[in-house]
Amino acid sequence: MAAPMLRLCCPGRRWALACIDGCSRHRRGAPNGCTSSRKRGQSSVAQQPFITAQKPRKGEHEWAAVVGLEIHAQISSKSKLFSGSQVHFAAPPNSLVSFFDASLPGTLPVLNRRCVEAAVMTGLALNCRINKKSLFDRKHYFYADLPAGYQITQQRLPIAVNGSLVYSFCAGKNRSQVINKTARVKQIQLEQDSGKSLHDDLRSQTLIDLNRAGVGLLEVVLEPDMSCGEEAATAVRELQLILQALGTSQANMADYEIQRQINELENGGEILNETRSFDSKLGCTIPMRDKEGKQDYRFMPEPNLPPLLLYDTESLPAGADPQQVIDIDRIREQLPELPSVTREKLVQQYGMLPEHSFTLLNEVGLLEFFQNVMKETRAEPKKVTSWVLNTLLGFLKQQNLAVSESPVTPSALAELLNLLDRKAISSSAAKQVFEELWRNEGKTPAQIVSEKKLELMQDQEALEQLCHAVMEGHPQVVMDVKKGNPRAINKLIGLVRKVTLSRADPTVIKEILEKKLAS
Amino acid sequence: MWARAWRLGLRALVGGRRGFTCKADTKGSGRITAEVIEHLERLALVDFGSQEAVARLEKAIAFADRLRAVDTDGVEPMESVLEDRCLYLRSDHVIEGNCAEELLQNSHRVVEEYFVAPPGNISLPKLDEQEPFSHG
Repeated sequence: MAAPMLRLCCPGRRWALACIDGCSRHRRGAPNGCTSSRKRGQSSVAQQPFITAQKPRKGEHEWAAVVGLEIHAQISSKSKLFSGSQVHFAAPPNSLVSFFDASLPGTLPVLNRRCVEAAVMTGLALNCRINKKSLFDRKHYFYADLPAGYQITQQRLPIAVNGSLVYSFCAGKNRSQVINKTARVKQIQLEQDSGKSLHDDLRSQTLIDLNRAGVGLLEVVLEPDMSCGEEAATAVRELQLILQALGTSQANMADYEIQRQINELENGGEILNETRSFDSKLGCTIPMRDKEGKQDYRFMPEPNLPPLLLYDTESLPAGADPQQVIDIDRIREQLPELPSVTREKLVQQYGMLPEHSFTLLNEVGLLEFFQNVMKETRAEPKKVTSWVLNTLLGFLKQQNLAVSESPVTPSALAELLNLLDRKAISSSAAKQVFEELWRNEGKTPAQIVSEKKLELMQDQEALEQLCHAVMEGHPQVVMDVKKGNPRAINKLIGLVRKVTLSRADPTVIKEILEKKLAS
Repeated sequence: MWARAWRLGLRALVGGRRGFTCKADTKGSGRITAEVIEHLERLALVDFGSQEAVARLEKAIAFADRLRAVDTDGVEPMESVLEDRCLYLRSDHVIEGNCAEELLQNSHRVVEEYFVAPPGNISLPKLDEQEPFSHG
């Protein structure tokens, strides 16, 4: 297996991928304001909160919100789950639709091997038990973007069950306390995506594009082990990173839902166990209008698909066509490195603080940037970490840029850090050089240093003479220092720096001054 | 009108009697309530247009119920007659699609290569939303 299996290709930034469950699926009359279901680039996660308490009285209880989650991640594959039409997010409407996707009579589903591998990889990465036999079912409901009137999913016996998602919660005042938490993964199942509906409220119609219909999805169901929106968001983030390392993308989550339910409970209301859809325009969740009460999906086995059988090295039938069998053990051997392992390696290899390893992995492309700088510089890892996480990231965030859009390249930063490491420039000069580099005028750090005359004075003797001259010229300040005024020394250092046109290292100045003052 | 009349007729029939759904226990009268019929019609968009059709349904359920006579304790259910078949795995290559024009021909209404659908699901009218049955 060459490249990671799960991947979403998106130009420019990598967007979150998990989609809302239920929002576009079975909308009985579109919620107001929603124009398109599941906009590309929208990251969202369906929530099925399970509040297990009894009827409350206002203010009496401390509510522990308990959140379970269903996350849908689009599988990165060239073709769809059950048909050979292309998976691609930007194409003319209905151009990536096969006869099967359009649900024309006489068509049959044919399972895509790559999607199965993706599901197995994800299951293994989340410590699941991979079911050697799993089944496909039909989930029926009517909606215009579901031409068949049912979705093929895995309700009875999904491909992976009983796993765990370990995530680390950064708590404490400076978020420096790292607490490990686990959310149980109830199951992972393969299912079809539906098409896209564009609501035209003006003309009272809906426009349907089936390009997305039939695309493979992984539904990851997490048990209600998370007790607040922040925990859930962190868990989802970690899942995102895992899917990304294996090959897929990220998701964000609002904790609006938790707060809303707590508020409602405290006001004596009842929480219905319902699916709420997240209305991205309104920025809040709204109940799905379901006049019939509980939805009845009339699950039935998919009659056109035999059970999906997976093997391991032990059970692999002899002489089997390798194209037709999937070996779980082989997939396990070829799993790429997971984020938790990468972070651990960073801590071990570079003596990095755990919370820094989190930041490095949380920003798309930042880890690669860091590693590229490390390759080309002699500077200490701690220095590199600081420059990457504080300076570079700070500048990027200020202008809302992705790492890939950074005007400063890893080579440029490496060169700058080398100059700093050699003590060819001071750290304040280095900051100036960085700002110049950010302007992206094509100059190298060395060029900027020489143009702006930022080199540190290397001549020790000349510096000593200057210090001496300054001390002679400011006897009062010297007296203050000798009297024990702690701030006076800084004044002296400042004076020397002015005289040297900021081309001397303040630490060296301080050393020389202290030596002279002591004598 | 026929369908409406039938529905009211059925309701009158079932009237105060306890409904009997197919999920309930066997040896009953096998009657199916109007509520269940309505539910099925809504879910599956089928039209049990006549009392005859409902009766046929009840007979079908009774026929299937005879399966319960078989003791299946400890027997793995057969979910699919394909259970001994091999599920074919297709290689991940793009081999179809690009037939928008052809597909759109099937649609009654089309707007710029999109299928046109009503703004939302059009629900079946509820039983009590029916017009009163006119005698005669």
